Amino acid sequence: MSGALLVAVLRNPASASRLTPGDWNGLIAASRAERLIGTLAVRLAGVSVPASVEPILADARDEAAREARQALWEADRAAAALAGTGIPVILLKGTAYAAAGLRAGEGRFIGDLDILVPRDRLDDVEAAILTAGWEWVKPDPYDDDYYRRWMHELPPMIHKERDRMIDIHHTILPLTARQTPDAATMMADAVRLDNGLYILSPEDRVCHAAAHLFADGDLAGGLRNLWDIHCLLTECRSMPALTARAAQHGLTKAVARATRLANALYREDRSGLTAFDHLFVARLLARDGWGRETRKLLRFAFFVRSHWLRMPPIMLARHLWTKWRKGHRPA
Amino acid sequence: MKHQVMLRIGPASFRVGSAWPQPIVDLARLYAAYPQPEDGIADFTVRLEPTRPWRRFIRPSVFIGGDHMLADAAPMALAHGLLAAEMGMNMQMALGWRRHLLLHASCVEKDGRALVMTGESGSGKSTLAAQLGERGWRLMGDEFALLDPSTGQIFAFPRLVSLKNQAIAVMQGEAPAERFGPLMRDTPKGDIRHLVPNRSAVTRMDEGTIPALLLFPRFGFAPEVREVGQGEAFMRLTQASTNYVTLGERGFTALTRFVTDIPARAIDFSSGDEAIAMIDRLWETLA
Repeated sequence: MSGALLVAVLRNPASASRLTPGDWNGLIAASRAERLIGTLAVRLAGVSVPASVEPILADARDEAAREARQALWEADRAAAALAGTGIPVILLKGTAYAAAGLRAGEGRFIGDLDILVPRDRLDDVEAAILTAGWEWVKPDPYDDDYYRRWMHELPPMIHKERDRMIDIHHTILPLTARQTPDAATMMADAVRLDNGLYILSPEDRVCHAAAHLFADGDLAGGLRNLWDIHCLLTECRSMPALTARAAQHGLTKAVARATRLANALYREDRSGLTAFDHLFVARLLARDGWGRETRKLLRFAFFVRSHWLRMPPIMLARHLWTKWRKGHRPA
Repeated sequence: MKHQVMLRIGPASFRVGSAWPQPIVDLARLYAAYPQPEDGIADFTVRLEPTRPWRRFIRPSVFIGGDHMLADAAPMALAHGLLAAEMGMNMQMALGWRRHLLLHASCVEKDGRALVMTGESGSGKSTLAAQLGERGWRLMGDEFALLDPSTGQIFAFPRLVSLKNQAIAVMQGEAPAERFGPLMRDTPKGDIRHLVPNRSAVTRMDEGTIPALLLFPRFGFAPEVREVGQGEAFMRLTQASTNYVTLGERGFTALTRFVTDIPARAIDFSSGDEAIAMIDRLWETLA
C-alpha cells in the first residue's frame, strides 16, 4: 500500500535511500494523487535519491513555489478589493500557511483562496468582490440557495481574468453541523502579518483544520490535511492551551482525534488510538502504488458519514434526493 | 495494475498500467525499439481503467487516468485502447511537464537544425512531419516540440505518429507495413492508425537541435507563402503551448528568444508533394 509508504517517507525522509524502483514509482504516484508531492520533495531535499527521481522532485518544488507565489498574489488582490470596506482579510488554510511562512506551507499544493470575514458584513464583501472581477461558478439555483441557507461560506466565485477561485467563509462549519465553533472569537484573536493580512492564532489554526477534517469532510485529501495538522501542532503554545481552545469551540473530539491520528501517522506514536481511529487510519491510507483509490466500501462509508455529520436526517434525505435527480453520484 | 509496460520517449518516461491486456500488448510491440526509463523509475504513471467495475467485462469502457487527469475526459471503447494509452501519455506531458516549454508542434531535423511546424488539428503538420521523416529528415515528433529554456535547443518527443483519416493511406505509400499499428475505426477523431518512427528517429531521440525555421502550415488551400511577424508568431505559440503560463518568466524568455532568432512563415498547400517542395525552397533560402 503506497499510502503507508508515503506516510513513512514523510515521517522519516532518510528511509528513502532504501527504496526500490518499484517503491519509487508507487511513492511518486501516491504522492501526486494525495497532492503531497511538493511536501515530499521539500522533505527529501538533501536526501540522496536515484538520478531519475531528482528532476521529478525539483519540478515539484518549482511547482510549489509557483503555487505559493500565485496564492499570495490572489490574497493581495482580495485585500485590495476589500480595502474600501475596512474589513480585515483573514487568510485560511494553504494561503495562510504560505503567507506566514509556516512549516505546513512548505511545498504545499494550494488550490483556492480561502478567507474568513464577519457574517454581518457579508453583503459588503460580496459586492466588493463582484466589483473587482470575481463571478459566480455555480449556475444551479438549488446549489446557490443551498450555500446561502446552510453553508459556512458563500458559493464559490472565480476571477474572470486570472481564473482563480475564492471561497469566502463567514463561519467555521456549515450551519447545519452539530458543532458550532465560535468564528467571532477566532476573528478577534487573529494574528496580523507584516503585509497587513491576518491569519488565525496557532490554536485556532489547529481547531479550524481539525473541524474540517473530522467534523465535516469525507477525508478526501485527508493525508495532506493531516500533514497540515501535524505541522500546525508544533506551533501551538501548549497542549493545555489547545485543549482549552478546542473546548471553547465545541471541537474537543475533533481536535483530540486530529492529534491522535497525526501522532500515529507522522510521529509513529500509535498510543491511545481508539478502535474507531483505526478505521480513520485505514481510510486515510487507502491509496495503492498506481495512485488509485482503494477500499471503496470504507470510502463510501466516510462519504455517508460526512453528510450525516453535516445535516439532520430529514434534511439529508431531501438533499440527497435532489442531488440524485440532478444526476450527482458519489465517486 | 494487472498489465503494464514502461517506456521512455525522449526526455520523458512513462509507466502505463491497464486493466486489459490488449493496449499493453500493442504498446510493447510498437515501442519495442524504445529505451526503458532510467533506473526503472518513470516520470509519469498512466492508467487505463474501467469506468465502472463491471465495465471491465461488459461493453468494456476505458477511463484514461494517471498522475494528471482531466475530470471531463470522455471514456473510450476498448477497441481504441492503444489510442487511449497515447492520449494518456500526451495528457501527462501537456499537464505535467515543466522541464521544457512545450510547443504543440511537429518537428523534423536536417544537418543539425530543426524545422518546427505548428497549427491546429487538421493543418497537416503531423502528416508533413511523417513524410519528411521518410525522406531524409530526422523525425523529432508529430505532437510536441520541447524547447529548452536554458539552451534554446529543441528536444525530440518522437512518440508514435498518430495518422488520421486520409493521412493513413498517404503514409502507407511511404513506410513499410510492419511499422504500422492496428487500424482503429470510428474513434472520436475519425480513423486512426499509428506509425512507428524510423530507426534514426528512435536512436537519436536524445539529441537536441538548434531551431532554424518556424512554419504555420495549412492544408486545403491554394499554395501561398506569407511572412509571419515576431509578435504574431509569439502570440500563436503561447496558444499552442500547454505550459507557457506554468513556466512563468522562463517560458516568456525562451519563447521571446525563439521568435526573435527564427524566421517564421505561414504556408498554404493543397497536397503533400506541393508542401514539401515549398518547404525545400524555404529551407534553402531561410534556414
